[in-house]
Amino acid sequence: MKQTINFILNGETVSVEIEPHLTLLQVLRDKLELTGTKEGCGMGECGACTVLVDGKTINSCIFPALEVEEKSVTTIEGLTDAQGNLHPIQKAFVEHGAIQCGFCTPGMVLSAKALLDENKNPTEEEIRHGIAGNLCRCTGYLQIIQAIKEVSGQ
Amino acid sequence: MKRFHYLKPHSIDEALALLNQYGNRAGLIAGGTDVIVMIKQKKMAPEVLISLQGIPGLDQIEFNGGLRIGPMVTHRAIEKSEMIRKQFPALTDAADVLGSVQIRNVATIGGNIVTAAPSADTAAPLLALGAQVKLKSAKGKRTIPTEQFFTGPGETVLQKDEILTEILIPHPLPNTGSAYWKHQRRGALDLPILGVAVLLSLDKATVACSDLLCTASPISTVLHSLEGEEVVCKEVRIALGVAAPTPMRATKAENLLRGKKISDELLDEVAEAAAKEAQPRDSIRGEAWYRRDMIRVLVKRMAMRCIERVLVPEETVFPVRLW
Repeated sequence: MKQTINFILNGETVSVEIEPHLTLLQVLRDKLELTGTKEGCGMGECGACTVLVDGKTINSCIFPALEVEEKSVTTIEGLTDAQGNLHPIQKAFVEHGAIQCGFCTPGMVLSAKALLDENKNPTEEEIRHGIAGNLCRCTGYLQIIQAIKEVSGQ
Repeated sequence: MKRFHYLKPHSIDEALALLNQYGNRAGLIAGGTDVIVMIKQKKMAPEVLISLQGIPGLDQIEFNGGLRIGPMVTHRAIEKSEMIRKQFPALTDAADVLGSVQIRNVATIGGNIVTAAPSADTAAPLLALGAQVKLKSAKGKRTIPTEQFFTGPGETVLQKDEILTEILIPHPLPNTGSAYWKHQRRGALDLPILGVAVLLSLDKATVACSDLLCTASPISTVLHSLEGEEVVCKEVRIALGVAAPTPMRATKAENLLRGKKISDELLDEVAEAAAKEAQPRDSIRGEAWYRRDMIRVLVKRMAMRCIERVLVPEETVFPVRLW
């Protein structure tokens, strides 16, 4: 028995028919073909699947898709502007070498965005606390922290 | 993942009616950070999930006299509440270290205690704060102290046809401090090896030696000064997580301290008694002897943090002592 969900995805209203047991991650990747959002552990521990729901970070791999009804979802695809220019956080990640294999990057960038939207000038400790839910096995985090610091003007 | 139907009732009564209708085939889901994981791990297989997200009013925090927390309040909302940080800091300590921001944005306090993992971070603070839970079924309501709520790992007194509708915390006595320590291997996204929550009410809020608490003076020096000023413990509650099959109160330890003058020797005795009272087990996260030893260490440290929270004026800026 399929159900229809209506929500705002990266600024545009979408309506999708889904099976009720699907996670938001499955809907984004398999139904809407937005493969920027990654599946890592699938258990809400690694943060690769992080997206924003009403501006707050969530792990989409354990988030029932039906719960985004009438909410606003932002994925990594929604961060570039109309001309396709990268978001300042994405630019800073590129400039600081905060990306190696890239698998954690979409989630990491969205966690950084939610952190900076809430706290324009976070301390290093607040940055570490804010991105603690995103595992990166390549960079050792230092470049990521430096990139976030730069965006916040530090 | 196993297929299920997903229902979103708009009131508690509608949810209770659905629970009765589907019986054992249904499960409740709040934030889902435990439920969806358990379904993925095949630890549960409900045919129907009844979501509480569509019921208005369950995500409210109200403070007048006592504190009333709706079951759908997220850990993030607790972490951000200045009122809770001020009045019930043990709960902030716990909410702040659960999972990650992504988990805290979704996971609810009601879900945390209903899932009843022995490691549930909010359980020990709620016990220490003297919380009660309200349960509702189609037949009626009941209110239960949190220490009677947990009956075993993953087990509570909550019946299949009941929903937890409220968490109630009494207004603390004057000069009360509370604190929780999650002893864990990593800084985030870990389950505790041990959780220790302490609540202390003192007979006074100002002492001549309060500056000493903000220095690097040895703990024995600080406690010796407090003893000299005859600071008395009016009320104390000590709660331990992962120290027994359920979150527990260390009542024998509490009885040693209640009504007594605070001293270094007495806090050592109390911490030792709490360690004796606990029934920790060997597990991959820690062995029983180690957990017992850390209870002894952490009960004293959390008592010191409570004392610090009562006696050091809020506006004082000083380096955080680990105690």
